[in-house]
Amino acid sequence: MADLSSAAETQASRRRWLLLAPALFILVFAAAGPLLITLVYSFLTPGDYGGVEWQASWQAWFNVVMERDIFDDTLGWSDAHLSIFWRSVKLSLMTTVLCLFFGFPTAYFIATRPKKQRDLWMLLIIIPFWTNLLIRTFAVVELIRAEGTVNTLLIWLGIIDTPIQMLFTEFSILLGMVYVYLPLMVLPLYASMERLDFSLVEAGYDLYATRLKVLRRVILPLVKPGVIAGSILVFVPSLGAYVTPRVMGGGNQLMIGNLIELQFGQGRNWPLGAALSITLLAIVMVALMAYVRAAGNQEPHRV
Amino acid sequence: MVFAQVSGDVEKTITGGTLKVATAISVRNLRKVYPGQPPVVALADASIDIKDNEFFTLLGPSGCGKTTLLRMIAGFEHPTAGSLTMHGENLLELPPYKRPVNTVFQSYALFPHLTVAQNISFGLEMLGKPKAEIGRTVDEMMALVKMTEMADRQTGQISGGQQQRVALARALAPKPRVLLLDEPLSALDFKLRKDMQLELKRLQMETGITFVFVTHDQEEALTMSDRIAVMNAGEIRQIGNPRQIYDQPAERFVADFIGDTNFLPAELIETAGQTATIRLSSGKQIAARAAESGSQKGKVTLAVRPEHASIGPEAEGLLAGTLGEVVYFGTDTHYHVALEDGTGFVVRQQNRPDATAQFSSGDRVGVHFAPGIGQVLKD
Repeated sequence: MADLSSAAETQASRRRWLLLAPALFILVFAAAGPLLITLVYSFLTPGDYGGVEWQASWQAWFNVVMERDIFDDTLGWSDAHLSIFWRSVKLSLMTTVLCLFFGFPTAYFIATRPKKQRDLWMLLIIIPFWTNLLIRTFAVVELIRAEGTVNTLLIWLGIIDTPIQMLFTEFSILLGMVYVYLPLMVLPLYASMERLDFSLVEAGYDLYATRLKVLRRVILPLVKPGVIAGSILVFVPSLGAYVTPRVMGGGNQLMIGNLIELQFGQGRNWPLGAALSITLLAIVMVALMAYVRAAGNQEPHRV
Repeated sequence: MVFAQVSGDVEKTITGGTLKVATAISVRNLRKVYPGQPPVVALADASIDIKDNEFFTLLGPSGCGKTTLLRMIAGFEHPTAGSLTMHGENLLELPPYKRPVNTVFQSYALFPHLTVAQNISFGLEMLGKPKAEIGRTVDEMMALVKMTEMADRQTGQISGGQQQRVALARALAPKPRVLLLDEPLSALDFKLRKDMQLELKRLQMETGITFVFVTHDQEEALTMSDRIAVMNAGEIRQIGNPRQIYDQPAERFVADFIGDTNFLPAELIETAGQTATIRLSSGKQIAARAAESGSQKGKVTLAVRPEHASIGPEAEGLLAGTLGEVVYFGTDTHYHVALEDGTGFVVRQQNRPDATAQFSSGDRVGVHFAPGIGQVLKD
């Protein structure tokens, strides 16, 4: 009797594992596995022609923020890395804020159109999103390069004599990223605004709230989930952006993504690349936790 | 002593007589047309004077323009033409947040991110009232609608009836000169609706605020209102107090929409003031009420309420017919009679324990009603 029931139990548990197998496969080989490999690599010694030597070392982690002077061997902060980290965080935050600034009115506009028109407006937002990232980025390059549309137009209008240098600056990276990530802000914002009961907006007006107060006291608190989702969706890929800073920054305005690529490519320092990747992951996690906690704790306030 | 008292009363009557009731809201030829092919006339040249401290009801079927009119008073819709003033002040120039009116929305529209107390204080905060006054008014309002214990609940955690009361308190808290109510009871169940009708009437009496109430429920309109405007297809068809609306409907639509009515073909023989003499299809003549405007002689329709008629033996009736269905309703019984001229007629008789004369389906019966009880309608 006891053997029989334990045999049935074994069979049941075997079936459970079988059903879990696809999910486990993805988790192990597509998420945890690669991450683990990266983590292990970050503690190894770089190989001469790329790859790694199986020799434990803290050097890569040390090099993330510190460097040893090549002449007098003194320890110092790695200014190059720190400035790249700072630029990445700064540009990602600015991208998020600008996407919110442009995305919020856009989403509100679409959500307040008649139902039949909304799909068309959303399609206009989504079409660029379906277009290849490189093509979209080069389209922006075409607009702002020295002989590009904007400069040509300004010279033709007589506003400027010589082309303005817009490409290969932090401005051009910012412009590119805002353009590329704007749909990621508009979509969740629109989703939360479409569900917004507009009689609440009318109730706000009815109770003596001006337009600005209705926005601040009624609309914003109610679409907060959309704002949070949109900000995360924009901030996270911005921080790890590779293509946009590469094309728009022209190689001298690096972001973390470019720095990591450099270590795995020309730099031939895989452990440092791995350590930088883990650092990027850590920054994203910390930023997310801080943001979600700040947004979640905000009590509905009473003036 | 007695003398003084009498003179005091006289004085009161005199002042009462000279004291003119001010007009709170004056609606003049207000018109709303939505563009389209063809354009939709939501409201066609409506004119109403709503008095101070009045419980005024806009009554009509859905799509009659009553909500459009209410939303124009609130400021959410702008009229195509016409004027709208409150105590002589032009309302149309003011955005909704500057109009001294508040609305109780059909869906209540309570702010889901705020508590009950925060919802009630919202309007007061926006008006920039001092904190102490806000606290006092909110407590007062919560006591008024009996929601004091629920102050810190989220609006999603309270029942429909409670939400309704919070919506009322929120709209009353800023002490508006006029309170607009857009079918506020339609989402409540029958029992709760009955309670809230009385509650609303009580609140209106206690606060002395003018209520403009929109409903499609004729019974609700009759029980609560001081005056009713009956609307249909964007037009105001009749304005009057509940008794006038029910007993002296101006036209067929009003008679049909408010309560149940029998319509009888008849012939107008003569009118003297508001009394008309008419001839029924059976040839018998009877007195009836007529609208003030001198009715044309000839074919008219006579409206008779089912409860104003009675059935009896064929010989005693004004009209004869065959009894069809007899429907028992508990408090009363409905007798469906097929008259000889082909029209149907319903008689509603109260059930009494001592009732003896019973008729059953298929009997020949007579229908009777008193002189002066029918209303002559312009067709």
